[in-house]
Amino acid sequence: MPKPKVAFYWCASCGGCEETVVDLAEDILGVVEKVDIVLWPVAMDFKYADVRAMPDKSIVATFLNGAIRSTEQEEMARLLRRKSQFLIAYGSCAHTGGIPGLANQFSREEILNFVYKGSPSTVNETGTLPQTEFEEQGRRVHLPALHQGVRSLDQVVEVDYYVPGCPPTPNITKAAVGALLEGRLPAKGSVLAPDIALCDECPRKATKPTNVAFTEFVRPHQRLLDPNKCFLAQGVVCMGPATRSGCGSQCPSGNMPCTGCFGPTSRVKDQGAKMLSSLCANIEPKDEDGIDKVLEGIPDPVGTFYRYGLPKSLLRRKGGLPTS
Amino acid sequence: MWNQAQAQANAAFAARRRNVTVDPITRLEGHGKIDVFLDEKGNVERAYFQVPELRGFEVFARGRPAEEMPQITSRICGVCPTAHHMAATKCLDSLYGVKPTPAGRKIRELVYNTFMLEDHALHVYVLGGPDFIVGPEAPAAERNIVGVIGKVGVETGKRVIGMRRRLRELIAYFGGKVVHPVLGLPGGVSKALNPADLPKFQQLAKDAVDFAQFTLQVFKDIVLKNSEYVKLITSEAYTHKTYYMGMVDEKNRVNFYDGMLRVVNPEGKEFAKFPVENYREYVAEHVEPWSYMKFCYLKPLGWKGFEEGAGTSVYSVAPLARLNASEGFSTPLAQAAYDEYFKTLGGKPVHHTLANHYARVVEMIHAAERMVELLNDPDITSPDVRTVPTNRPSVGIGVVEAPRGTLFHHYETDERGIIKMANMIVATQNNAARIAMSVDRAAKALIKNGQVREGLLNKVEMAFRAYDPCLGCATHSLPGHMPLIARIYNHRRELVGEIEQH
Repeated sequence: MPKPKVAFYWCASCGGCEETVVDLAEDILGVVEKVDIVLWPVAMDFKYADVRAMPDKSIVATFLNGAIRSTEQEEMARLLRRKSQFLIAYGSCAHTGGIPGLANQFSREEILNFVYKGSPSTVNETGTLPQTEFEEQGRRVHLPALHQGVRSLDQVVEVDYYVPGCPPTPNITKAAVGALLEGRLPAKGSVLAPDIALCDECPRKATKPTNVAFTEFVRPHQRLLDPNKCFLAQGVVCMGPATRSGCGSQCPSGNMPCTGCFGPTSRVKDQGAKMLSSLCANIEPKDEDGIDKVLEGIPDPVGTFYRYGLPKSLLRRKGGLPTS
Repeated sequence: MWNQAQAQANAAFAARRRNVTVDPITRLEGHGKIDVFLDEKGNVERAYFQVPELRGFEVFARGRPAEEMPQITSRICGVCPTAHHMAATKCLDSLYGVKPTPAGRKIRELVYNTFMLEDHALHVYVLGGPDFIVGPEAPAAERNIVGVIGKVGVETGKRVIGMRRRLRELIAYFGGKVVHPVLGLPGGVSKALNPADLPKFQQLAKDAVDFAQFTLQVFKDIVLKNSEYVKLITSEAYTHKTYYMGMVDEKNRVNFYDGMLRVVNPEGKEFAKFPVENYREYVAEHVEPWSYMKFCYLKPLGWKGFEEGAGTSVYSVAPLARLNASEGFSTPLAQAAYDEYFKTLGGKPVHHTLANHYARVVEMIHAAERMVELLNDPDITSPDVRTVPTNRPSVGIGVVEAPRGTLFHHYETDERGIIKMANMIVATQNNAARIAMSVDRAAKALIKNGQVREGLLNKVEMAFRAYDPCLGCATHSLPGHMPLIARIYNHRRELVGEIEQH
């Protein structure tokens, strides 16, 4: 029996997801024996034409990491969708947009103007900007235009499963690959990680207050943090209650709060809104001034509650919706 | 209600998207791109090396609390997240005017040297090393980690994988995560070293020194004993006489974590030495209309174009540059390797781009020796790992030597510590002009009389890989891999050839 064909591909990402696959280290050899990797740009040479020539649905599973921001990425996502039985959004960027998705709060023009004109180390007396078409002594050179917005994979094509995390851990990666190979798959659209909140597996769980009343919010640098006590009990915003578990509580084990990279559980529509509503419901002062005072401890609600999920969230960008 | 609103928003979003699928530019994004123009005789008139993407981390950092920057900026690159994390963390010290506790500083240095060692090892054995270990003329299909294991043996392969795993475990111990760690805060780190865990890490550090020395031996046996390879390293095609920058301690010795920046001229003489806070007086970025990547140069000299030698202003960073810009190492084994390096390559400064591979191995030894020193320091297990900042924040500048060169972070905030302005100059950007020169040189050497030789991209890529470039970092945009497309135009500006490599 031929081995099942598997592909890995990356779009707008930092390379951290690929590092996780490499961090499977010795384990990866076990995976490699069972499958036929047909596409993995970081590790092997390939041509787009080879993928195009494959029959539709001939790849059993494609793991795609990175958000979608260029036409090329969109084209590859569509191509791999067509060629794959299962398309898996791997990592926060493909799952919910990721940290680069925070750029959706700003326009392309703001970015270009700062980077090429406003930055304090840039010397640009002529106000030169990179041009999509530039001509010099008859030589014409082109650059692709930049796109306005960042999108998650399922805002572009249909996705079968999600592996969460920034980056996902080797463990949940191994479990996801195992589930695929052995045909133990949950309902389409599922996130392949435990469907409970991070608090449930957090070693600080015992100190989580059942009834908390916030009189202040403390930013992590403002106070020495107790390495054993629930962050919320210390007044520090921890996304644990609104975030899916499965990472092994890595950030709390480094004595820092969860920032939400695994996204919400299946019962939560919008991770940020969920966290925001539960925190706000527990603010002790009930008058406006008192509430404002407490909220001074959360100076960047978008970056706090939607750190990894702005493109996929209910919030939409100020200057209109992202276009490709 | 929410669902309905979301469905409407999604429908509007989808409709809007369909309207713009006429975008004619389809397949170039995400590539390093080279356009080569020929003259009437078919020789190279000009080659443009372009980076076609930009993400804008500096802009979307605005409005974020400064203490989140170590975690946000690490997402610029998942291969060197620890470098961004540490530059950002040092920037927070500067922003809040707070000095880390001794244990806090030493844990940072320990994590950082561990990171330098594992990242360099990745490059030597997996990314760049195959060019030499397997051989520059070997078929592309063999120039990868599997080919390396074939050459050095399965046992060595296992040793490399095992050592990297243990080094990365140390980073995860302090950082929570190895990819995108979380330890950095102004005034120190978030987590202390439990004395019970010390012996395990001390053993790791000892093994790391053996591993680094073993790697130097592998490099000597396979590369330096092969006169063909040495000829290639020292060949004119891969040589540029530029300035060099690197971070040094008070005795001008290489330091990855902290110190002053020192610049030497193409003759190897000191041109400048300055505290990082003054970076804007010495370093400037030049904009070209044909690339999203900016090109750094030495500001006091002015932008003089993509030129080398006397009267020019292009400088280089990363291992080759760090060794040129310093006067040695603070640790004995690395110092011995440093002396041997310059003796082998004909004295200081070394201008051969491919010598970066050798310099990288020398640096691995220093990183491992620093791990031993730090883990034997009694401060390392102190629970006092952080000073809580009390000063009012306004401006911070933090610099480290990333594996790929000098990395600058600069933030300005309001009195709450909320980012108003963020500026970053990343390692590969410092090398951008020299990389563009290497591309031009390779194109000119390989394209003659209209004949485009097959090996063009391989040879160009070898010049790239020596810098270990991360274009993702350079534009704060691309992923770390390096697909290339080269297009050749004749003197009538007609497209006559195209070579693509993913």
